[in-house]
Amino acid sequence: MPKEHANWSPYDNNGGTCVAIAGSDYCVIAADTRMSTGYSILTREYSKICKLADKSFMASSGFQADVKALQKVLSSRHLIYQHQHNKQMSCPAMAQLLSNTLYYKRFFPYYAFNVLGGLDSEGKGCVFTYDAVGSYERVGYSAQGSGATLITPFLDNQLKSPSPLLLPAKDAVTPLSETEAVDLVKTCFASATERDIYTGDSVEIIILNANGVRRETEQLRRD
Amino acid sequence: MFRNQYDTDVTTWSPAGRLFQVEYDMEAVKQGSAAIGLRSKTHAVLACVNKANSELSSHQRKIFKVDDHIGVAIAGLTADGRVLSRYMRSECINYGYTYESPLPVGRLVVQLADKAQVCTQRSWKRPYGVGLLVAGLDESGAHLYYNCPSGNYFEYQAFAIGSRSQAAKTYLERKFESFLESSRDDLIKDALFAIRETLQGEKLTSTVCTVAVVGVGEAFNILDQATVQALINEFEISGEQAPATASVAEEAAGDAAADQGGAAAEEEAAPMDI
Repeated sequence: MPKEHANWSPYDNNGGTCVAIAGSDYCVIAADTRMSTGYSILTREYSKICKLADKSFMASSGFQADVKALQKVLSSRHLIYQHQHNKQMSCPAMAQLLSNTLYYKRFFPYYAFNVLGGLDSEGKGCVFTYDAVGSYERVGYSAQGSGATLITPFLDNQLKSPSPLLLPAKDAVTPLSETEAVDLVKTCFASATERDIYTGDSVEIIILNANGVRRETEQLRRD
Repeated sequence: MFRNQYDTDVTTWSPAGRLFQVEYDMEAVKQGSAAIGLRSKTHAVLACVNKANSELSSHQRKIFKVDDHIGVAIAGLTADGRVLSRYMRSECINYGYTYESPLPVGRLVVQLADKAQVCTQRSWKRPYGVGLLVAGLDESGAHLYYNCPSGNYFEYQAFAIGSRSQAAKTYLERKFESFLESSRDDLIKDALFAIRETLQGEKLTSTVCTVAVVGVGEAFNILDQATVQALINEFEISGEQAPATASVAEEAAGDAAADQGGAAAEEEAAPMDI
């Protein structure tokens, strides 16, 4: 007898793409602002980026209800940390917290594909990339979401060192300048928007450096 | 004090209808170093005396930030105060998580009071040995509450608790009618004057006291030592001039000094918090 299947799913995919690039003294975190369901658009102006701490920003694509819940949990945990330690959480600490929070729901996961970007305690840019259950790695750049498969090969071509021997894995930072990185991100989204139906409308870009935070928006194709 | 056969545990009434353990508990609050609070329509100020046990040790933290809009000053068993602060912080975080808005102070103090009451009606517990001055902001403005170990709570215009608090209370009773309309800086100066009363002759410097402010447009923050010292210098230099009638020039100078300390400040002592 064939197995009965549920006639509903607790998850939905709201689409969208997230990208982050780490520099020697800056970090760029970007996400498009389109929220979809099925073949429809729910809204063109939804932010997928959340400030978790002074120097940690998280961009998440996937099921936005789970993303919202995850953001709230992490924000509350950060408040507790501040009360206990009298200071903000560092980006690597937040990265570990995010991993643990995701794995906590290993058997009913947050349908969220996250990219965490920020500055480490030395002021260098750091980017952490995750799967839905918390497996993570510090990298120099990352893309997640519906347009990731279109963007990642392009970033590999532009940013990856020609040989693994030249750039040791520890130095996970790109040699680009801040303006070059922001332009690169805009190019990535323009390209992904062309072919991915779930990416478009506009891209929200957060630039984090020693002087503080800057926010830029760029219009994308709305079809 | 009184030693009698009805004071062994908190669940025994005396023939006169008193719970002696709870009353003894209130004595513990009176033994702690002084803490005072006052409020205007838009701001609330907490101040406390910080006496270190010896020159070698750091002094105890008696003022805690509970949330952006609530802070608490304690007197009595500071360990109990720390635990209650942690409870208050947790309640604020959970409320904010569920309702995406700040927990109203009035609600928090009721929860605190109920928590304290439980300890007065269980034979295996003892009451919390700490009095709390809760300063907070809600939609109707600034508030100051006092939470007793007995489980009672009251709202105040201004209040003082701890050792030699009577001197501060006398000062506050004289001045409190003007507090409602006071400016932020006048409020802080009144707080410092009140603290000075409890020191009874000892010199008031920023090393022996801590001051914290919360107000409309200003998150709860503890003023740093330099700012407090600057304010102390101001009114000591100008003599016994009452701050309610301060000159415009003095207020302007006070504003400049206070603005620098208005942003959240770091605690100097190592955070020995939970």
